[in-house]
Amino acid sequence: MPGFGLSMGITLTMLSVIVILPIAMLVARGIAWGPAEVWNIVSSQRVLNALFLSFKLSFFAALFNLVFGVALAWVLARYAFPGRRFIDACVDLPFALPTAVAGIALTALYAPNGVFGSLFPFRIAYTQIGIFIALVFVGLPFVVRTVQPVIAEIEKEVEEASATLGATRLYTLRRVILPMLTPAALTGFALSLARSVGEYGSVIFIAGNIPNLTEIAPLLIVIRLEEFNYDAAAAIGIAMLLISFAMLLVINLIQMWSRRHV
Amino acid sequence: MSDATTFRAPTEEAPIVRRILIGVVVVLLAVLVLAPLIVVFAEALSRGVGEAVKSLGSRDALAAIRLTLTVAAISVPLNAIFGVAAAWAITKFDFKGKAFLITLIDLPFSVSPVVAGLCLVLLLGTNSTLGGLLVANGYPIIFALPGIVLATVFVTFPFIARELIPVMIEQGKAEEEAALTLGASGWRVFRTVTLPNIRWALLYGVLLCNARAMGEFGAVAVVSGKIRGETATMPITIEMMYNEYLSVAAFSLAAVLALLALLTLALKTLLEWRHADALSATGGH
Repeated sequence: MPGFGLSMGITLTMLSVIVILPIAMLVARGIAWGPAEVWNIVSSQRVLNALFLSFKLSFFAALFNLVFGVALAWVLARYAFPGRRFIDACVDLPFALPTAVAGIALTALYAPNGVFGSLFPFRIAYTQIGIFIALVFVGLPFVVRTVQPVIAEIEKEVEEASATLGATRLYTLRRVILPMLTPAALTGFALSLARSVGEYGSVIFIAGNIPNLTEIAPLLIVIRLEEFNYDAAAAIGIAMLLISFAMLLVINLIQMWSRRHV
Repeated sequence: MSDATTFRAPTEEAPIVRRILIGVVVVLLAVLVLAPLIVVFAEALSRGVGEAVKSLGSRDALAAIRLTLTVAAISVPLNAIFGVAAAWAITKFDFKGKAFLITLIDLPFSVSPVVAGLCLVLLLGTNSTLGGLLVANGYPIIFALPGIVLATVFVTFPFIARELIPVMIEQGKAEEEAALTLGASGWRVFRTVTLPNIRWALLYGVLLCNARAMGEFGAVAVVSGKIRGETATMPITIEMMYNEYLSVAAFSLAAVLALLALLTLALKTLLEWRHADALSATGGH
């Protein structure tokens, strides 16, 4: 087969120039500056608070999406009802809608005078609840789209066997179906979490951006860059890159584990 | 599906459970996903269609639309070339480190867009060695079009390759090998055998890549410098207008991007419906 040199050349050149070189530059900057200095920046109260906030709210949003996503995938894969196709297409909307558009739309909805915001006796926009809602929005499709094909592939015989052996429907769902969905659901959870931790556009409008309270880690990088404090920005960037790598590792481990167990 | 209320197959949930589940899921999706979409159009049209259209004709809005179209027109073909080349190398040949190469291609999905922008600024910004050299010779990258393109290509990097790889693995290489033994050149094999086989998957990837390219915010916000009328793309201009309390203008521009998102979804659904067999089995993301 011809074209190995050409296709591999294009692949490696573009990959190196656009992805690897810039990331290597960030890592090199951290190494040149010294791990102690990097840690000094990352361990400051404001940075730790921002990283913790990003991670905490992303975790809760991914957890919500895990439960809601599995239910949504089940309904879409198993039930026939009018408008199912439309609902199915809607699931991808958070992927297609630009984050800045989602950000200002969610803020308009949940602001104190907004359609939803005015229904609640407490504030949603400009608080951590607002950030949570934005993160639920961006992470929503991941669990649905990883779990849905797995549900579609489950053979009815398994459920029938369980039923003929006297299991109630609930018991079958809990002990037969759920274990089959677990690896895909966990992968979706991890993907949703990884996306949320780094999310910027949909969050900054609704967050209020109060230091130590509603300030997410990516925003802190932008603030440091605007102050031309490149070292501090790079230090926070390295911390976030490490978190990304850790989560990528977790996703791969889940997939390896699921291949061995299913 | 059982239509009797007295009998229910033991492999189905009770009708009442079904109805509750469907109801809960539909309501939650409407609140979480549909409401934000509707509010974009409602806010854009809050002072009438005329006002919305007029705001789209402003100099800043027009410059932003032009810039976003330019950026997409450069980044999407770059990504298509990369996607096809990567998929060809990965699916037609055996070599060591293939799994690692795929992981590297997927890497931009797990890096925060802001961090991606930061990496580019550190590599090519005026205070870096390389960036300083380029600026001194009259080729600024950061706070200029090339930087925005690089940031856009970075965040959309895996889109097309990811669509093509599973499809090309499934199709194997027997057809290409047959054409080669019949004496066709490599290019001819690619054009007349491979390309027709992957065209729907390629189109699918290009659609998703284009939607993300036109809507990218975080990475572009960092590298663009947000110079009004020069390096402010549509999403960046939306942010600037919103922060200046130009609500109708911001939401009108947002509505244009939302329409693009809807068009993308419609075409994507149509492709999945018409050419499901020519797309990867796992679907998009």
